[in-house]
Formats: sequence, C-alpha cells, structure tokens
Amino acid sequence: MPIDVLMPALSPTMESGTLAKWLKKEGDRIKSGDVIAEIETDKATMEVEAVDEGILAKILIGDGTENVAVNTRIAIIAGEGEDASAAASGPAPAVAAAPAPAAAPAATVPAAPRTEIPAYDATSEVPAGTEMVKMTVREALRDAMAEEMRRDADVFVMGEEVAEYQGAYKVTQGLLQEFGNRRVIDTPITEHGFAGVGVGAALAGLKPIVEFMTFNFAMQAIDHIINSAAKTLYMSGGQLGCPIVFRGPNGAAARVAAQHSQDYAAWYSQIPGLKVIQPYTAADAKGLLKAAIRDPNPIIFLENEILYGQSFDVPKGDDFVLPIGKARVARVGHHVTLVSFGIGMTYAMKAAEALAGEGIEAEVIDLRTIRPMDVATVVRSIQKTNRCVAIEEGWPQSGVTAEIGMKIMEEAFDYLDAPVARVTGKDVPMPYAANLEKLALPNVGEVVAAAKAVLYR
Amino acid sequence: MATSAAKASSGVATRGKTTASAAKAEKPAKAATGKVNGATKTAGPKPFSREEDLVAYREMLLIRRFEEKAGQLYGMGLIGGFCHLYIGQEAVVVGMQMATKTGDQVITGYRDHGHMLACGMDANGVMAELTGRRGGYSRGKGGSMHMFSREKHFYGGHGIVGAQVALGTGLGFANWYRSNGSVSLAYFGDGAANQGQVYESFNMAELWSLPVVYIIENNRYAMGTAVSRASAQTDFSKRGVSFNIPGEQVDGMDVQAVREAGLRAIEHARAGKGPYILEMQTYRYRGHSMSDPAKYRSKDEVEKMRSERDPIEQVRERLLGKHKIAEDEIKKIDAEVRRIVNESAEFATVDPEPDVSELWTDITL
Repeated sequence: MPIDVLMPALSPTMESGTLAKWLKKEGDRIKSGDVIAEIETDKATMEVEAVDEGILAKILIGDGTENVAVNTRIAIIAGEGEDASAAASGPAPAVAAAPAPAAAPAATVPAAPRTEIPAYDATSEVPAGTEMVKMTVREALRDAMAEEMRRDADVFVMGEEVAEYQGAYKVTQGLLQEFGNRRVIDTPITEHGFAGVGVGAALAGLKPIVEFMTFNFAMQAIDHIINSAAKTLYMSGGQLGCPIVFRGPNGAAARVAAQHSQDYAAWYSQIPGLKVIQPYTAADAKGLLKAAIRDPNPIIFLENEILYGQSFDVPKGDDFVLPIGKARVARVGHHVTLVSFGIGMTYAMKAAEALAGEGIEAEVIDLRTIRPMDVATVVRSIQKTNRCVAIEEGWPQSGVTAEIGMKIMEEAFDYLDAPVARVTGKDVPMPYAANLEKLALPNVGEVVAAAKAVLYR
Repeated sequence: MATSAAKASSGVATRGKTTASAAKAEKPAKAATGKVNGATKTAGPKPFSREEDLVAYREMLLIRRFEEKAGQLYGMGLIGGFCHLYIGQEAVVVGMQMATKTGDQVITGYRDHGHMLACGMDANGVMAELTGRRGGYSRGKGGSMHMFSREKHFYGGHGIVGAQVALGTGLGFANWYRSNGSVSLAYFGDGAANQGQVYESFNMAELWSLPVVYIIENNRYAMGTAVSRASAQTDFSKRGVSFNIPGEQVDGMDVQAVREAGLRAIEHARAGKGPYILEMQTYRYRGHSMSDPAKYRSKDEVEKMRSERDPIEQVRERLLGKHKIAEDEIKKIDAEVRRIVNESAEFATVDPEPDVSELWTDITL
C-alpha cells in the first residue's frame, strides 16, 4: 500500500501553512526520521520528518505553495517492495486520513454537581452518657495523631521541629518518645522539598501527616499541595490516590505581622481534589483530625495558634471520629443564623451571647469543613431564621464568606428576608501595632451590629 | 554546640549511618576511584551480550517508532496540547531499566512516553492517552504529560519542572520507611536541575540515606536555552557535591555505558548508602515540543549527533557486526515494532473519547 504524506499541524491552532521547500525529490529513498520538506507557518519554519520508509513516489504539492490545509496529501511514498511509478499513478485513497474527532457540541453541565445532601444532625455525634474529658485543642490534636499512629503503621509525622523539639507549638509532644524516629521525623527547613517528599510517600501508599510550622510557610510548598497532591487522582484516571494530611496553625496569631498572619481557608477551598477542615473546638479538632488521617484524599487541616490553649469537653476514648463535610449547630436559635468556622466561631458565639441579652436568639453554625461545604445545614437554618451573617478572619474578596453568601443566593434566596451580611478581616496586610491589629481583625461588636442590621433593628 | 549535640542524638544519625561524621568522611574518599563527581571516565563499559543487545535494540526502537508515530498523529490533529518527544534519548531510560529490579519505581517529568514504554506499559494505553481516549492510561484525563501505572511502578508524568525530584525522593522515602529494598529512579533534565526543590531533595535524601538515584538527562537545551547560558556549573554530576552525593557523567548515547553506571548507582542506593547522581549526556533530535522550530541550534549539530552518535544505530551495528545477526532477523524486529506502534495508533484513533460522566469522576475518593 502506498503511504500518504500529509500536511502536518505543528501546533494545536495551526490550520494551514506554506510548503516552502522539498528537501527530497521523486525517486529518493526515504527512511524514518529523514527531513523531507520545510513548511512555514505564521510563527516559524519547521521541518517535516518522514515517519515511514520507502521511495518518494510522487510530490503532490510543489515548492512554495501557500495556504496548504492541514491534513492535505502532499506526497506519496511507495512502501518496501512496491513499484514507485504504480504507487504514484494509482488511485488516490478515498479518505487521506482519519480526521481528528469533531468537537462534539458542548454539552451543558453545571459548574458543580448538585447532590441532595441528607439532613445531618451533629447532636448525635456524642451519645448521651458519654464520659467527657476537659482538654485543650493542642492535646486533642496530639491524641488524635497518637491514636491513629497506634492504629496504622503507615501513618507518620514529618515537619520542622516535630520530633526532638516536641513541636514548635508542642502539638506533637511525646510522639517521638512513643513512636521513634522512623515515624516522627524532623525535617530541615525546606517546605517545598518535604511537602514533595510527603506527597511522593503518599503516592507510594503511606499516610503522611505533614506539619507546617505555620501555614504561611506552606506557600513555599503550595505547588506540591495543589499540582501534585490534589490533581493526581484525576490526572491518573483514578489510579493514584494521595492519602496525606497537611496540618498546622493558620491565620492570625498575636502581633506577628503580615507575613505570619493569614487565613488560607479560601485559597485551598477553591481546589477540586482537596478537602479543607478548620475546626474550632477540641472535640472537633480530635474527631476531624482522626477522620482526616483515615481519609484517602489530600486534606488541608487548618489549626489556630490562639485556639491551641483553649479547653473544651472531648469524649473519652480512642474511637471518636467525626464525618468530614458536616457542619455542627453550635447554638440553637430562630431569629438570625450566624455561620462561621475555626477561630471565627469565637466571635460568633460571643455575639450570640450578647444578642441573647437583647432578646435576639441567634442560631450559630460551625461549618468545621470548608470543602466540601455543608450548605444543607446552613440552608435549613435560614429556612427557619430567614437571615444570615457569615463571619471569618480571612480577607473579604473571594473569601469563604463570599462563597457562603453565593451558595445561599443559589439555594435559599426565596427564604431570605434580608441580604446576607458578612464580617471579615479587613482588606489589609496584618499590621504589627497592637491597636491596628485589633482593628484589622473582626470583633464581636461588628457581628452584633451585622446581626441587628439583617434584622432591621 | 547545643545544635551539634542534638544532631548526634537525633534519629537522623541512626538511619543507616553509624555517626554523621563517620559517614561523611567516607564519601569524599570515593573520588579517588576516578568515577565520581565528574572526574575521568572509566575505560569503557562492559560490552552487552547478544541477548542484551537484542533487548536494548528492540526497546529503543519501540520508543523511537512510537514517538515518530506520535509526532505524526500530532501533525494530523489527533493529539492536542503539548507533546514532548524523546527521540534521541532512548538509551538513557532503556539502559537504566536494564539495571533495575522489579519494584524499583520510576518517575519523570513531561517528556515521559519513553519512560512508560521502557517500564513495560502498554503502547495502546499510552497512545490512546495521547489522543485523549477512554482506553488511555488515565482514561483520557491526563494526556501526554500525566500517565501513571502503579502495576508497572511508574509514578508519572509530571508537568511542573522539578516537581518529580521531590516526589521521587518521597518514593525513596517510602522504600526506606518500609525497608522493602526498592530504589526510586527520579529523572529530570538539565533545565529542572536549576530548580530549588532539587537541592532540598538532595539534602534530605543524603541526610536520611534514602534509596534514590537521580538521573539528570542533560540533552543540552532547557527548551531553547543552552546549558551554558543557564547553568553556572555545567557538570551536573557535581550538583550533589555540597551534600556529599556521589555523581558521574555518563555517555547517555551508549546504552551499555548507561546500564553499567545504572547498576553502580542503584547498587549504592539499594545498599543503604544513600542517593547517587548520574548525569546522562544525551541529545534530543526534535524540538522541545512539537511546536518548537529549534532555531537555537544548528542543523549541522543535530545531523552530527544523528549520524555519529545515534543510540539505536550503535546497537544495530553491533548486532550486524559483532553478534553476526542476519539483516533479515533485524528486519523482523523492525516489522514487529512497527506492528505494535501501528496498532497503538489504530487503537488510539478508533477508541472513543471518555464518557461525559467522566468529567465528575476521580476528583476525590
């Protein structure tokens, strides 16, 4: 069978070009890889290499021909043992080449699939009569890791100062002593590198917990978090999961200025392939960190330095695991819904207390997980209160509260009696001066005022 | 003082090394063998047997013909986006694979088709991924730069230059953690060798004695930038010197030299002595990607490499000469390789595109 040589496309956008020059003539013997012609596009002159072997039987498009469409037959090669003249004069095949698949008319799909989420009731998470222990968020996180490391030998912790130093914020206290230096690993100060090493280990099937001393430093590592961890399952057609937890303190601490005071919830929550958790209470911190370690996906677990030392009741025992992606109604009310997460909950809870003093019963929802977001619980509350204020420490533009507002527009617009309001960190890098820092953060008064505004009081 | 005391008692010192100072003192001594850190080359690699040359020939030819076909399908509009061909560099991955054991992992960047074929991945699945079809390794969702096979221990296929070095170090970390005796092979180019995370990885790999072999495929050009225009140290085998990682420059156009250096490097890593760097001096015949006119080098330079140093031609000459294999026998191999490649192109053309429901699958488990 004679072989057709076609006008090649040299970029996905090229439709035609000029056949500048033939470098072989009819009758020449051709091997794979021989440059047979030069073609010109608007961008460059490129060489056409032969893929097949044989004799150049006939040139169909001569030197200097302009506007030769991609996939036009430009020459015929007679294959091994074929008669070149017969090949050249033989009938042209009906179709020169299999054309690229015609782009199917773009099907219309939603930006995100809508699934009916069954109503979730967090009150059943701790059965009545469960013995509770008072502990700090720091201790709860430590216990979660220790319990999961006892349960699964593939779980290990790596990060700066996690072992000998016992954790920069003492969250990994005691882990080196219990689990040894193969499972509790001090890394050099090399976030990009050890995040990549952690992801590689996870692709190989281990279950790393990568601690960032703070999430501010994870910006050095964000390429591995997003491009290597979050996208690989999809890019591999489901073959290669990445069971890894990236955790550490996030958001503003106290007086550490702009580079050490940023909430990354909105950043990571935009990424398909990641789950993003930001707990408030010690019980949620423990139950959700355990769930995160067991989860087969890459998880961003955002802690908070100021919350580390705060104490909460936590169910006793090593089997307290919470579902990822479910919000918790932290306070029941019926006048207005306050939605927040992480340290934002401190403002929401105090504001609800203050509002109660004025006869306003606020329902407070702790999202706990930012992605996937439990919009159903928020909507259910708004169906009751018809008013909502969303609160976060992060910046306003493209923030988590912006997303909450949009979700409510999409799913609960008809239930609203007032526009959704939000209270966020101010749109400035975090200042150092004590008075300015205080101004830059949200405060209880702002939440109270916003709640009253949506109540038109 | 406090720091050094902490180091001596840290877990790091116990990982495969008696003490940090003893281990470090040991390494530079290897330079005396004349093999490491870019010093003089060895007398010449151990020649391949007839069977080894036959394997090398077939494997390299499969990559060459596959890539030529991929280039053709790209020209026909069947392959989209980026398509980086491995033509010219075949001896590197084929020689290295001849030095590995089952279970050793491979990870590389975006110029990855050759690595997949050398790992034993199916040509149909690779070609169908290039055309974005459901029978592709990633069911059409990864494309040229993103294919994986856990079964064949191939971990991608990564499009961010240098990322595979840290990830490959993590694969080595997993081997160390499990004490499974496997070695991770992390391939990257002379361009990627200038990324910061490469050195972060070198540091950790040597610090923890991880079983990783770093293979720098120096094909002389990082896209259009010649090595000498981008690298202060153009001897890439020395890039691990400040971490005490031994390195060698290897003739990457000679599959025998590659296999021999590969055996040495992999043995070093498998023995718990830590990482090893191999600079493979190679050459890509085609442009950086399909749309690169390659104006940054002369035609003579390319032609000289092709006619004088071609890795496949070197083996073919040995088969015909030294091994006295009849030309007809070689033609049979050529025909068989061509059949596999043509079938893969046929499959990649007729296999349907992924079902639209695939848009929403494989995002999370």
